[in-house]
Amino acid sequence: MTSIERDRIIISSPAPTYDLEAPSPRAVMRRRALTHPGFLFGATIMLATVLIAVFAPLLTPYDPYAQDLSQRLIPPVWVAKGTWVHLFGTDAMGRDYLTRLMYGARISLTIGFGAATIAGVIGTSLGLIGGYFGGKVDAVVMYLVNVKLALPGILVALSLIEVFGGSVFSVTLILGVLFWDRFIVVTRSVTQQTRVADYVAAAEAVGASRLRIILGEVLPNVLNHIIVIASLEMAVAILVEAALSFLGLGIRPPTPSWGLMISEGRNFMFFQPYLVAVPGIAIFILVIAINMLGDGIRDITAPEGRN
Amino acid sequence: MPRFLIHRATIALLVAITVSIIGFTLLRLSGDLASALAGDTATPAQIAQTAHLYGLDRPLYIQYLDWVWKALHGDLGRSLFTNEPVTFLIGQRIGVTAQLSIMSLTFALLIAIPLGVLAATRPNSWIDRLALSLSIFGQAMPNFWFGLILIIVFGVTLRWLPISGTDHFSNFIMPTVTLGTSVMPAIMRLTRTGMLDALDSDYIRTARAKGLSTGSVLFKHALRNAILPVVSLTAVSLGFLLGGSVIVESVFALNGIGFLAFQSILRTDFPVVQSIVVFVSFCYILLTLVSDLINAYLDPRIRLG
Amino acid sequence: MTEARDEVLRVEGLSVGIDVPAGMLRAVTDVDLHVARGETLCIVGESGCGKTMTSLGIMGLLPRRARLSARRLTLEGRDLLTLSDKQRAALRGDRMAMIFQDPMTSLNPVYTIGNQMEEIYLRHGKGNHRQAREHAEYLLNKVGISAATSRLAQYPHQLSGGLRQRAMIAMTLMCDPTLIIADEPTTALDVTIQAQILHLLADLQHEYRMALILITHDLGVVARMADRVVVMYAGQVVETGTAKEIFAAPRHPYTRGLLDCIPIPGKTVRGAQLGSIPGLVPSLIGPIAGCQFGNRCPQAFADCAAAAVPLRETAPGRTDRCLLTAPLHPQRLSQSLGAAE
Repeated sequence: MTSIERDRIIISSPAPTYDLEAPSPRAVMRRRALTHPGFLFGATIMLATVLIAVFAPLLTPYDPYAQDLSQRLIPPVWVAKGTWVHLFGTDAMGRDYLTRLMYGARISLTIGFGAATIAGVIGTSLGLIGGYFGGKVDAVVMYLVNVKLALPGILVALSLIEVFGGSVFSVTLILGVLFWDRFIVVTRSVTQQTRVADYVAAAEAVGASRLRIILGEVLPNVLNHIIVIASLEMAVAILVEAALSFLGLGIRPPTPSWGLMISEGRNFMFFQPYLVAVPGIAIFILVIAINMLGDGIRDITAPEGRN
Repeated sequence: MPRFLIHRATIALLVAITVSIIGFTLLRLSGDLASALAGDTATPAQIAQTAHLYGLDRPLYIQYLDWVWKALHGDLGRSLFTNEPVTFLIGQRIGVTAQLSIMSLTFALLIAIPLGVLAATRPNSWIDRLALSLSIFGQAMPNFWFGLILIIVFGVTLRWLPISGTDHFSNFIMPTVTLGTSVMPAIMRLTRTGMLDALDSDYIRTARAKGLSTGSVLFKHALRNAILPVVSLTAVSLGFLLGGSVIVESVFALNGIGFLAFQSILRTDFPVVQSIVVFVSFCYILLTLVSDLINAYLDPRIRLG
Repeated sequence: MTEARDEVLRVEGLSVGIDVPAGMLRAVTDVDLHVARGETLCIVGESGCGKTMTSLGIMGLLPRRARLSARRLTLEGRDLLTLSDKQRAALRGDRMAMIFQDPMTSLNPVYTIGNQMEEIYLRHGKGNHRQAREHAEYLLNKVGISAATSRLAQYPHQLSGGLRQRAMIAMTLMCDPTLIIADEPTTALDVTIQAQILHLLADLQHEYRMALILITHDLGVVARMADRVVVMYAGQVVETGTAKEIFAAPRHPYTRGLLDCIPIPGKTVRGAQLGSIPGLVPSLIGPIAGCQFGNRCPQAFADCAAAAVPLRETAPGRTDRCLLTAPLHPQRLSQSLGAAE
C-alpha cells in the first residue's frame, strides 16, 4: 500500500506476497550502517584515533616528554628545512610533535569519554526520575536544571580547576559534572512520553515495582537517544578541555594535551604556525568524526524522521 | 498570562538565590582561602591575620549574608588585587563584553537565518549542503584556535586587521567572527528544521490553495511559525555568550569581564570572581524570562491559553 | 447532458506520476471527470487510490516530485495547462478553492481567523481592508457562526472543531469561486457535527450554484450529497455514474465490494454478514499489468490479467472498467448461464 502526503511517499510493501524471510531489525541496521557515509567516516576516524592512542608507544620511537634543546623548532616534513626524522617537526622544547600528538589523543579520548559518561549517568538518572515521577519530584529536577543552565559553565569550570587542580582525573570529573543538561532534557521528555504508553500501564497493572519499570521499560527506549547525545557531549568535552588547557587552567604541562600544545605554540606562531595549526586540525577532525558518528547512529537506529 | 508570569518569576528568583550561593562558594571550596591569599611562606599567625582582615574567620553563612546585604546596596566589595570597587571594575569592562556579544550574535543571526530559510526551501540543493557543512564546521572548530588562525592570516600575513586592543571598531571584527561562528550552527539548524516543519504543514498547503504569493507563504506564514523557538534560542545564546566570552577575550586581549574573571580566578581574587559569576548568571536568568515573555507574546496559543 | 456554458471543470486524461527511487509511481492514471454549476461530484475510494492527488493536480498544488500530464484541463473554458505558475496561483482561491480535512492544522495558529480570511480577498484584489472585513463577517454569519465580529479577532485554537470547519468553508467563499473541492471535509469531525457541515455545504451550493467536488471514502456522504459519482481504485477511475445508478446497480466488482461492506437500509438483509475485500492494493510502480483489482476480485478470470482493462462507456455518463460488463463477453455469458446473478 502506498500512502502519499505532499513530499513524503511511504511505500510499505510493493506486492501482496507475504515475505516470511523479512530481514531482522539487526540485519537492517547493519546494512544501513555500512552504507551511511557519515557513520563510516566517523567510525573509521574514531577507530583510528583509539588505535593510535592505545598503541602510541609502539608507533613512535620518541618519548613525548623527552626534551632536546638542540632539536627545537624543527619544521614539519612538508615545509622547507623539514626532515623525515621528525615528521611533524618539534616544539620549543625539542620534543617530537607527532609523538606528542599521538599521546595527546589519549588525553582527549579519556577526558571526552569519561566526562560524557559521568554527565550521562547524572543527566539520565535525573531525567528518568523527573520524567517518571512528575509532580513535585519533576519540579525539583527542573529547578536543578535551571540552576545549572544559569551558571556560566566555563567560568565555573575554571574556578573548580583552580581549586582542585588540573589532573586528567579532576578535569574529567569537573567537565562531567558540568555538562549533563542535554542528557536530562531528552531523557526526561522521552520518559514522559514512554510513561503514558500502554505497555507501561500494563506493567504497572501487573504490579511491577517502579524501579523495574524504569529500568526495564523506559530505559531501553531512552538508550538510543542517550548514545547520540553522549557522542555530542564527548565532542563538547574535548573542545572545552582544549580551551581550558589553552588558557592554562586545564591539563598542566608537560602532559601533551592538544589544547596545551596550541597554547605553548602560541608564542612562536608567527614564524612556526604549524605549532598551532597541527593540534588544532587534530581536534577539529576528531570532533567532526565524533559528531558524524553520533548523527550516523541516530540515522541508523531511528530513521523515522528521514524521507 | 499573569499567573504564568508569576510562576516563572518565582522560579527565576529561587534559581537566582541558589546561583548566588554557588557563586559565593566556588572559590572557597579549596578549604582555606586565607592561606591561598597569604601566600606559601606565611606563618600561621599571618594566615590568621589575613583571615581576619577579609572576614574569612566568620561562619560561612554570615559571610554570605553580609555579602548579599552589601550587594543589595550596590557594594560588591573590592578587588584584592587592585583594591578598586568591584562594581567599578565590572562597569569598566562590561561594555566590551556586551559589544562583543551583541555583535557576535548579530553576525550569527545575519548568516544563520537567511541560510536556514534558503536551505529549507531548497532541500538537498547545493545551498542546503553548504548550510550543513558550515554548521558542522562551526560546531567542530575549537574557537580559540580559529581565533589564532584568523590572527595569523588576517592580522599578520595579510595585515588587514589589528590583532589586539579595543579602541577601534575593527578590533572587534575578528573576535566577532570567531565567537559568531560558534553560535551560528545551532541557530541555523533550528531555523532550517523549523522552516522544514512549517513548510510541510497543512496551513501552508492552505495558504498555497488560497493563491498567496511565494513571499507571503514563506515569510508571512511559514517563517512566522518557524521563528518562535529561534527567538528563545537567541536570548539564551546571548546569555551564553556573556559567560563564554572569556576564551575569545583572552585570545584577542580584549578587556572584558570574561578576561577579568579569568585573571581573578588565577589570583584567587574571590570578591571579583563571585560577583562576575553571579552577575552573568543573573543576566542569563533575566534573558530567559524575557525570552519567555516574547514567546508568550508571539504565540497566541500561549498568550490566550 | 451538461450544457457547455454550465460546465465549470473538464478534465481529460489526467495522470500524476511521482519520482521515487524504485521508479515512477502511478499515483493517478488517465482520469476523466467534469463538473457543472450547481452539481456535486463525489470521488470515492480508499486511502491511496489517487483521489487527493487528482484534486491537487487540478488545483496545481502537487508536491515537487510529482509530474502532471493531461490531455485537457479547463476551468470555465480556460485552459489551465498552458498557464504559468503565477497565473495558476492567481486562479487559486479566486476561481477555484479547496477545503481540507483537518481544520485545526489547516489554519495558521498565529494569525486570527479574520486575518486569514481577509488576506484572500485582498490578495485577489477584490477590495480594500474594510470591505474585506465586512465580507468576512457576512460570510461567517452565513455559515452559521454567531458573534461573527468577535470570532474574526479570535485564533484558530479558540474555536471548536465544527466552528473551525465552518470558518474554513467561509474562507473558501470569500472570492465566490465557481469550483470548490472539499477533501474529506467531515472525516476529522464528530459524527454529530458531520451532518451539520454536509447540510451547510448543500445549502451553500444551492445558493451560490458553484460546482462542488467532494472527496470521500464514506459512502454515507456519497449517498447524501452526490449528484454524480466517480469511483477510483489504484489511481484509476473504475466506475462513474449518477448516485442513483451506482447505488442501485453497481457494475464494477470493487464498487460492489464497497457497497457490501456497509449496511444499506432497504438492501442489506438483517443478520447477514457484512462483506470485506480481502487482499492488498497492487504496486503502483511500473507498467499496468492487467486489471488492477484482479488479485482481489471474486469474479476474476484469465483475461483479467492479460492486458490493461480500458474504461468503457455503456451509457451517457455511465462508465466502468471491467471486462465482465462488456456485452456478449463469453465469460459473462457462461457466468449468467451457470450461476444465479
